[in-house]
Formats: sequence, C-alpha cells, structure tokens
Amino acid sequence: MTTDSTTPNTMTPNTMTNTASRGPAGRASSGVGPTDGLGALQVNPELVEAILTRFIRNEIQRTGFTRAVVGLSGGLDSSTVVYLAARALGPENVLAVTMPYRTSSAETRAHSAEVVEALGIQTIDVPITDQIDAYFAHFPDAGQMRLANKCARERMTILYDQSAAFAGLVLGTSNKSELLLGYGTLFGDMASAINPIGDLYKTQLRQVACHLGVPDGVLAKAPSGDLWIGQTDEAELGFGYDQVDRLLVLWVDQRYSVDQLEAAGFERGFIERVTAMVRRNHYKRRMPIIAKLSSRTMDRDFRYARDWGT
Amino acid sequence: MATPTTSPDATSPRATVAQASIPDLAPAVAACSPVDRSTVRIALAQIAPRLGDVRHNLGLHLEQISAARSQQADLTVFPELSLTGYFLRDMVPDVALSRDAAAVRELVDAAGDGDVSFGFVEESRQNRFYNAALYAEAGQVRRVHRKVYLPTYGLFDERRYFAPGHRIEAFDTEKFGRVGLLVCEDFWHISAIAIMQAEEVDLLVCIANSPARGVEGPVIGTSETYMRLAKTYAQMLGTAVAFVHRVGFEDGLCFWGGSMIVGPNAEVIAAAPHFDESLLVVEFDRTVLRRQRMITPLARDEQLLITIEELNRIRRRRYDDRFDDAQYDDAKHDD
Repeated sequence: MTTDSTTPNTMTPNTMTNTASRGPAGRASSGVGPTDGLGALQVNPELVEAILTRFIRNEIQRTGFTRAVVGLSGGLDSSTVVYLAARALGPENVLAVTMPYRTSSAETRAHSAEVVEALGIQTIDVPITDQIDAYFAHFPDAGQMRLANKCARERMTILYDQSAAFAGLVLGTSNKSELLLGYGTLFGDMASAINPIGDLYKTQLRQVACHLGVPDGVLAKAPSGDLWIGQTDEAELGFGYDQVDRLLVLWVDQRYSVDQLEAAGFERGFIERVTAMVRRNHYKRRMPIIAKLSSRTMDRDFRYARDWGT
Repeated sequence: MATPTTSPDATSPRATVAQASIPDLAPAVAACSPVDRSTVRIALAQIAPRLGDVRHNLGLHLEQISAARSQQADLTVFPELSLTGYFLRDMVPDVALSRDAAAVRELVDAAGDGDVSFGFVEESRQNRFYNAALYAEAGQVRRVHRKVYLPTYGLFDERRYFAPGHRIEAFDTEKFGRVGLLVCEDFWHISAIAIMQAEEVDLLVCIANSPARGVEGPVIGTSETYMRLAKTYAQMLGTAVAFVHRVGFEDGLCFWGGSMIVGPNAEVIAAAPHFDESLLVVEFDRTVLRRQRMITPLARDEQLLITIEELNRIRRRRYDDRFDDAQYDDAKHDD
C-alpha cells in the first residue's frame, strides 16, 4: 500500500470503486477482507425501504398528522427522503419546498423538477434571494460562510412555516456521514421533526436511492450544498464520501481503535483529521448544555422518549 | 396417569402379566390426564403496544384473547412489556403494577379456562421494578418470571430502571407439560437455556422486544440471530420453542415482529410476518416431541451431575471460595 501524502486515503485502487456502480445487494469481491470498510457499508435496500417507509408513517401518524414537508434541493439526500415519503404517505400528502437563492445551480433546479414530476407530489417554490440580500445589504463584508449559514437557516424557517400551513411534519435530510462530520448548519438544514436517513452513510444512501428509482442525474452528480457557485462537499472537506465512509463505519460502528484503523490501511493523518472533526462537532448533535442545579435536569435525569405523549 | 389395578405385591410376575392384558388398558387410557392430549393451539399475539398507556394496551390484550379463544387457542402469548411498551425510561414507576393488581387480574380472567402469558412492569412490595412475564393457567397464576439478564449497553439501559430477577425455573401445566418462560436477553444466555434443559421443558417460551439492528443481509440481523437461537435450542433441548415479538416504532426503534413456533427438529412450524401486527394461531402436535426424543435422545444422555460438579469447580477457581450463599439469598426474598 502506498503512503502518498497527496491523497487522504491509501486504499488500493480496487477498493476505491464508487459503490453506485455495484448492484445493491452485492458484496465487495475485491478488498482486504473483514478490515475493508467497503463490505461493512453494504445495505439491503429493500429491507431499508421496508423499515423507513413504516418509520415515516408511524412517527408521523402517532402525532396526529398524516403529511410531510421536505426541503427539496435536487440533491441525493432530499431526493431520497422525498421518494421514501411519497411511498410511505402517498404523493398527495408530501409537499416538496424548493427554496433557491440566486446562485443556486440550474442543474439542481432541473433535478428537483424531475423528482416532483416522477412522484406526482405537491410542490411549492419559495425563493430566498430577496430576504437574504436585504439582510446582507446591511453587512456587505459578511463573507461566504455567513451567507451560506444564513441561507440554510432561512430555509429552515420557511420549512417550519410551510409545515404549519400544510399540516405536515418536517422530514430531515441529514445523512450519517454529514451528522458525524458536522457538515451541516446547526438549526439550519439539521433541523427537523423526524429524520429517516440519519442512520445511513452517504455511500449506503446511494444504494437505497438507486433501488428507489431516484433519477440517474441526481445519483451521478457530485454531492454539493449548492450554497455558492462551484461548491462541492469533496472540495470543502478535502476527501470524498467513498473514502471517509469506509473510515467512519469501521471507527464508529465497529469500534476500531486508531491503531487498528491504521493497520487496516488508512493514513494516520487522515484518521486524525476525521476523528478530530467528529469530536469537534459533537455539540451539533446534542441539546445546549444546561448548568445543573436541581436533582432533575432536562435531558440528564429527566429522561423520557421523544415520543412521550404520542 | 393410569392407576394400575394389581395385587398388593406389584413386583410379582403374575401382577405384571395382569397389567399387560389389552382389556385392562382401556380404563387406563380413559383415566389419562389432559397432558396426553396430543394437539394444542398456541396463539402468538404480535401486537403494537402504545408506549406508557396501560389502559389502552389492556384493551388490546382483551381483544386479542377474545379473538384467539374464538379460534380455540389453548394459550395466548404476548410480547415482552406488552402492557406498557418498551422505551419507558423514567416512565417505569408510572406504569408499574403489582402482580395482584386489578388489571393483571382482569387479563388473567379474560383467558377463562385457557392459558395466557404477557409482559408487564412488576412493582414488588419493596418497591423494586422488574421487567416481568406472567403465565396464568385457567385463572391461576403459575409463574411470574422476572427478567434476569437486563441489557445495559448500546441503546439499552434496562439495569438503570429494573432490578434483575434471581430465578430461572420451569413450571407444570396440564396442556403443555413443563413450560419454561424467558424474556428477551435471557434467551441470549446459554446458562439460562441450560437450566431449562435441566428442567426438562416441553415448551420454551421467549417473549421479546428487539429493536432492529443490521440491515446488510436478507433479513434484519437481530431477526436472524433469534431464528438461529430458537432453532438451535429447540433441537438441542428436544422441545418446542415459542418466540413472541412485537411490532411498531418507539423513538425510531423498529420492532420487527417475526414471531414463530419451532419444533424439536428445528423446523419452523409457523411464523408471523415481519413488521405488521398479527394474531397467529398455531396448531402444534405434541407427539412430535416423543418421536424426536427417540431419534435424538440428548436429554436422556445429559449428565447433569457432571455439569454441576464442573461449574462448582469453576466457581471455586474464579471466586476463590469467597462466594457467600447467605448474601445471595437476601435478594431472593423481594416479593
């Protein structure tokens, strides 16, 4: 195995094959045996669909609702959620909300339209250009990151308002890779009532999306938050999901130690970078920290299911 | 059991010959107890309890028992914590019932002259809470099994809320012979199964709440494990196994159903669907137990005393003779 410092991952070329080209239930025929995270990333998409459609139906209906609202960007995550929701609830009970900013790519807009048409779901277009630009007119030096996060949070507020208007719960679209890496906006795209895909790595999501019939164009394009022109996840993170998912599944799901990950073929620098990212972003996955004063404090010793009351 | 009509000296050859004459057997057969009745019906009530709502769930139980009895079920089995739901956390004290509670009584009575088994949170006189399974036969409580092995790892937190049970024992029934009752994690401990083997059970009942984990294969990983365990135990113990699981979701945990009855030849006699509510009434011909035990007489050849001796040797080695029986007995007295 090479230790080329320009690539974050030192797996052999065989094992770097994009799993989208593999059949949904097929196991990796190449690879280095049980230490190869690629095998651990295989899912049975039929089984996943069976569970997730029932999950959506159950967790929505127990609250007294029958419908769902999804922020549809035209990307893989939101498209997959919309396919699952349509299958779970019926297309008339799903509202896809598209919320473009003036820099949103025409390609992703076209993909959103394709998904809506294929499923026959309801849709509403709510551009965010006016309100975002009006705000930043007061802060012209704000910069790209602030603009990106503001857009994400603006979309969240729209989704929650449309949720009230449509009487449907907001379905989340953050996958497990993003949640672990912290690649999402707190109270922005990470906000939702229930999240059907939060326990699927990007690589696994792709297998499920392929099985559900998500359009090829959506499957093929590079993952992107589309928050500025030319943005891609890979360029921002410095590695691709097919690389990092293999590390994450071994580290998180199979409890590999750092030494064991290195022995499995990952470069030490890459391991340290990714694990640090996961640690640093854990605050995005928990409630804000409350100072404990009493003998029973929220989320610490006042412990009930989130479904309590349903 | 037949009462032999022999002379006082039952060991004499003349008495033995008199017993064997065919006309004498007829009254013997007529006097047989119902344990010799060969076909029984077991209803697997694969329900979706509502979390924390005992009243609602009691209604579900009464409905299912009524439906099962209309199909001549001799026994209706519900899943683990069927009266309360699973992911209770701080709700445990709010849904707890003593074994003498009115709701328990109502459920037992609803089974009439039939048998019923269900799961609930039992509160003891010392105010300890147990993940419990109750078996009643024709209105009489035969056993309350308090779950011994409480999973407290990964997503599980049972040992925070429940006290562990301290007994693993079988009990006699008229229709099913000796019955062993275990709850979920108990079924994953070979030691509990070994005790049930030593108890010579004819029916091993496992009621469960198993959140789905593992979606890489043709079926859910935990479902595959339960299937493997049920088949292995049925075959190794020469017994029937009834596995009853629930369906529905709680906080994103998926309960996958798949309740089933497995025969002593490791054959799945009947299985409920995955994911969906169902009431499966299974006819079980108990004569298969006799045939299978003849073909593979594992229980007959089992050396219980060797097992006990070796376990004691291991106990002495591991505990250095520190093990104090008296200290352990205290915990057994929590009624």
